[in-house]
Amino acid sequence: MPNEPMSSLPEQTPEEIARLEEERRRIAENNALVEREMARRSRRSFLVGGLATLGGLGVWEWIRTRPQDLGQPWPLRRVLDINEEFSRDLFTDRAKAPQFPLSAVRKPFRLNERIGMDDPLVPSEWKLVVDGYNTDEDEAHAELDMDAIHKMPRTEETVEFKCIEGWSQTAHWAGVKFADFAKQYPAPEGYDYVGMETPDAGYYVGLDLASAMHPQTLLAYELDGDALPEPHGAPLRLMIPTKYGIKNLKRIGRIFYSQERPRDYWAEQGYDWYAGL
Amino acid sequence: MKQLAEKHPAIIRWTHWINFPILFGMIYSGLMIYWAYPEFRIGWGNFTLFKLFPDWFNKSLGLEHHLAMGMAWHFFLAWIFAINGIAYVIYSIVSGEWRYLVPTWRNFGEAIQVALHDLHLIKKAPPQGRFNAAQRVTYTAIILMGLGSLLTGVAIYKPTEQSWLTTLLGGYRMARLEHFLLTMGFCAFFVVHIVQVIIAGWNNFRSMVTGYEITTQEEPHAERANV
Repeated sequence: MPNEPMSSLPEQTPEEIARLEEERRRIAENNALVEREMARRSRRSFLVGGLATLGGLGVWEWIRTRPQDLGQPWPLRRVLDINEEFSRDLFTDRAKAPQFPLSAVRKPFRLNERIGMDDPLVPSEWKLVVDGYNTDEDEAHAELDMDAIHKMPRTEETVEFKCIEGWSQTAHWAGVKFADFAKQYPAPEGYDYVGMETPDAGYYVGLDLASAMHPQTLLAYELDGDALPEPHGAPLRLMIPTKYGIKNLKRIGRIFYSQERPRDYWAEQGYDWYAGL
Repeated sequence: MKQLAEKHPAIIRWTHWINFPILFGMIYSGLMIYWAYPEFRIGWGNFTLFKLFPDWFNKSLGLEHHLAMGMAWHFFLAWIFAINGIAYVIYSIVSGEWRYLVPTWRNFGEAIQVALHDLHLIKKAPPQGRFNAAQRVTYTAIILMGLGSLLTGVAIYKPTEQSWLTTLLGGYRMARLEHFLLTMGFCAFFVVHIVQVIIAGWNNFRSMVTGYEITTQEEPHAERANV
């Protein structure tokens, strides 16, 4: 080891050199200690991190492989239902979909699907079947034509229709509030759900009674000032702006009350049953 | 002389690492949802430079026809994303950690200097504490973007229940665009973040896992000894 001091440095006595060597040794010892301690902490942290990663992957794998409940692994279906409860308990009754001026209407109204409307529509043969409403008779059953519907109070609204796919469009609707319809055909005590179907039962939706009774929920027979066109569900369709489009059943053939959630076409395909906005 | 210095508290580290897979899941399930109505593009007038997103992108990531699955995961993970983010913010405020993160007015100017320094355009970087000026500005922006994603997300998820929020954000369609742009922002941040972490090196990365980093303190006597 060279023992010559650099020319720029002052002369160092042997005592000084010994002291500095001692200090250097002390630093090296400290550094080794620090590195060891760091290595120990690293091992522990990376082990915990690795286990947490495995745990996370395990949870994901577990959820993914659970038995299906209406097209979703049941834990995800359960979360959708919890979200629904959260929504209904905290907000639903107060919330109203924003109303727009007529100038916000964009025409023509977009057409997406014709599920449940394969049979050609014969207006003279169409009727609305109402089942299970409150009455003294055992089996309440009624059949209405459009004249009966037109006699009920008329309501208009300009609202933004929202498809679950993501597109939205503002349109003007006219029809009967479901709440007004339900004055004549009320839900029996303890019946918290409403079901609706197309005449061929090819498309069907379930609604909670509170959403159906919402003041903006219409049985609509006019779109943008004209009689409801056939592709949009003539002669009578559901217009429920507090729900995604998937609930807005076209060509209503049957309405019934239920104590349990009625079956729902898109919920069976894995979508949220509630589908509330 | 080397020293073990505590850098990142445990709650900061946990919330950071929990956020990583959760945000990944949010973006992935979000892309599944977006696939069902991919309305955005880069272009002007009738000219489209780049479709968001091209078919090869959707195909290679397996995003097609998974709207229901995407929604189910999105509205599950969103809870964890929100709770984790709120926990981080509350801890930062209560512990005073926010002081290391939130930029001062001077940091905004310095952030540009840091960027120029990182690009090797200027030699001297401005002085820094735990985070440099560019990190302070970026990380704070990311937290605000997280809040933005949460709010625009709620505005899309519940445009009737929370219609005040949807209206405030410019309506349903605008909130969708904002939510989308924020997501693109996260993706851009992710790329830069990974590159910077790689450049910063092992000691820095390790500190985000263990909480500690090794610092070196100058020892004037020993340096001079030359023995």
